Amino acid sequence: MKKVAMTGNVAVANAMRQINPDVCAAYPITPSTEIMQQFSTFVANGQVDTELVTVESEHSAMSACIGAAAAGGRVMNATSANGLALMWEMLYIAAGNRLPIVLSCVNRALSAPINIHCDHSDSMGARDSGWVQIYAENAQEAYDNTIQAVRIGEHPDIHLPVMSCMDGFIISHSIENLDLLDDQQVRDFVGPYNGTAYPLLDVANPVTYGALHLQDYYIESRRQLHEAHKRAKNVVIEVGREYGKLSGRSYGLFETYKMDDAEIGLIALNSAAGTAKVVVDEFRAKGIKAGLLKPRLFRPFPYLEIADALKGLKALCVLDRADSFGAAGGPLFIEVRSALYDLQKRPVTINKIFGLGGRDLGLDDLRKVFEELTTIVDKGPKSLYEYITVRE
Amino acid sequence: MAAIKLKELSKKPDLLTGGHRMCAGCGAPIVVRQVLMAIDEPVIISNATGCLEVATTIYPYTAWKLPWIHSAFENAAATISGVEAMYQSLKRQGKIPADQKIKFLAFGGDGGTYDIGLQALSGALERGHDFMYVCYDNGAYMNTGIQRSSATPFGADTTTSPAGKVLQGKTQKRKDLTRIALAHGVPFVAQASPHNWKDLITKVQKAMSIEGPKFMNIIAPCNRGWRTQTNDAIALSKLAVDTCFWPLYEVVNGVATVTYNPKKNRRPIVEWLKPQGRFKHLFKPENEWMLAKFQELVDENWRSVVGMHNASHPGETIDPEEGKSW
Repeated sequence: MKKVAMTGNVAVANAMRQINPDVCAAYPITPSTEIMQQFSTFVANGQVDTELVTVESEHSAMSACIGAAAAGGRVMNATSANGLALMWEMLYIAAGNRLPIVLSCVNRALSAPINIHCDHSDSMGARDSGWVQIYAENAQEAYDNTIQAVRIGEHPDIHLPVMSCMDGFIISHSIENLDLLDDQQVRDFVGPYNGTAYPLLDVANPVTYGALHLQDYYIESRRQLHEAHKRAKNVVIEVGREYGKLSGRSYGLFETYKMDDAEIGLIALNSAAGTAKVVVDEFRAKGIKAGLLKPRLFRPFPYLEIADALKGLKALCVLDRADSFGAAGGPLFIEVRSALYDLQKRPVTINKIFGLGGRDLGLDDLRKVFEELTTIVDKGPKSLYEYITVRE
Repeated sequence: MAAIKLKELSKKPDLLTGGHRMCAGCGAPIVVRQVLMAIDEPVIISNATGCLEVATTIYPYTAWKLPWIHSAFENAAATISGVEAMYQSLKRQGKIPADQKIKFLAFGGDGGTYDIGLQALSGALERGHDFMYVCYDNGAYMNTGIQRSSATPFGADTTTSPAGKVLQGKTQKRKDLTRIALAHGVPFVAQASPHNWKDLITKVQKAMSIEGPKFMNIIAPCNRGWRTQTNDAIALSKLAVDTCFWPLYEVVNGVATVTYNPKKNRRPIVEWLKPQGRFKHLFKPENEWMLAKFQELVDENWRSVVGMHNASHPGETIDPEEGKSW
């Protein structure tokens, strides 16, 4: 293992180099461009065996990934924002065909207005597509998640595509010190590909992919996808544990930070969790029992485990870097609030939508949130959900 | 290339099996069977959404006795790109035998090819995958109920270009997709018709002997959309060719050849239009100008195709006016 300084994008590209997928489809979009750009250099220099398909759109990127995975090999790709939106149709088809494609999603705001900076509107919009979704706080986690995503998706219990997310620019373009595994360690960890049960290239045993399922079969097919997601949770735990033995960094469904005796807490995905930890420490220093829960696995959403981890709280704020316009809060809030419903005693729970289009989330913003949490236990919340980090 | 013998072809297994559930009299399965008959190697097909896809794979049944994938409407070319890329990768890595030969085909209707799938087709042709895209052109979105596409002929009555009191069917002329494919500089582009199976099969065999991206545009009559009888797909494809509406030609490594010149069989376009209900309104006295315009469009296209042929074969030129006896 070696300590290196690299951006989130370069870390993910290096994970891909070490994984050495059979086919990648590349189409540039900020801020994920650098991943496939870096990876193209690995291809050009013969450092990987990958066939790189430089497609003419993200829709074709995911279509080529689907064809390649159905053909019978390991497939990876990266995109952001509008690129993911253009893939939308094909995301569902990749999942429906149970093809374990790994997609690195570098989170960026969707248009309009056009913006290139971070929020989670892209991957959150894809949350019902049938993909497993994992989120990363920093470049180290993005690297580690990319490697684990291969094993998770290809696991014979599930055979599902996996979206590995990190924050655009904040992580993708920031240089960080991180540990890379040795190339051989990664190759041994991911192992030979075995993720396509019925490869098209097995011409002696012809199969039909993508048949028309009408009223008599469609729902059973979707039910199978539903059941696969139920099994995915244990696969994520198992792979995370095994990865821990290899790297010294174990992963589970989520990370809790000072939650054991916490009375007020935050939930935040991705890089905002790093900012939140600083503020948790400040409040702890003042004798206030603050804590943080950082979800890692968002699909499937481990609602029982998350509810259990939150049951001791008196007040909770869910931070959403995406809006679900017209809904009762952001997408993470809706999930968490639903998860809390069955608790005997529920924390008072509020939602803040923040940081859309890359608006910075400062320590002061979170200090205010924690201060609000200390008051709402008795008084009740002044509003269920609202925007912060916004001009009023 | 061995001579094509009907007796030998009839012994080949049907890779698109009987009972495929396409409509009676549909041209598309005839096209598919002729294409597959021409290929000796194992074939993998990517199929765009459309009649051919929907009818042949109603789960839990499939009419395909070969590896086949449908993923969406606009991306048959992108999907087969991925399949072919995986083949190249695994072959290079020694994960599949070096002598394992596989041919990669994409099938799409005109809606899935001229319109929504044009970008994916263009991308795949430009990237140079070793595959052939076959468009079966029936001149409208037949699967969704006969809506106009950019392949629909001028004047045709469709459910989105209906002949009404003010508008008389499709107001625009067809897009020339074959020439768009050709503009990619690919080594093989051709037009064919199922009535001339010998020509069609020869073209497919020639295409399969060439490495790289190939494109074939094949007319496929649809009696539902053309409002004709279920037994006239072959007669109407022949008339489409003899009226020069659908010239049979190929461009192989830049050499353009008209593979069939109707000569004395040449017919005026009205003979192809007349039996088709979709053109019925063109025969009203006030629409006579539309028939004249249709003939002009056909002549213009034929002259242009013949021009390509003549440029490639200065010693064997064709007179584009030949056979015009009316």
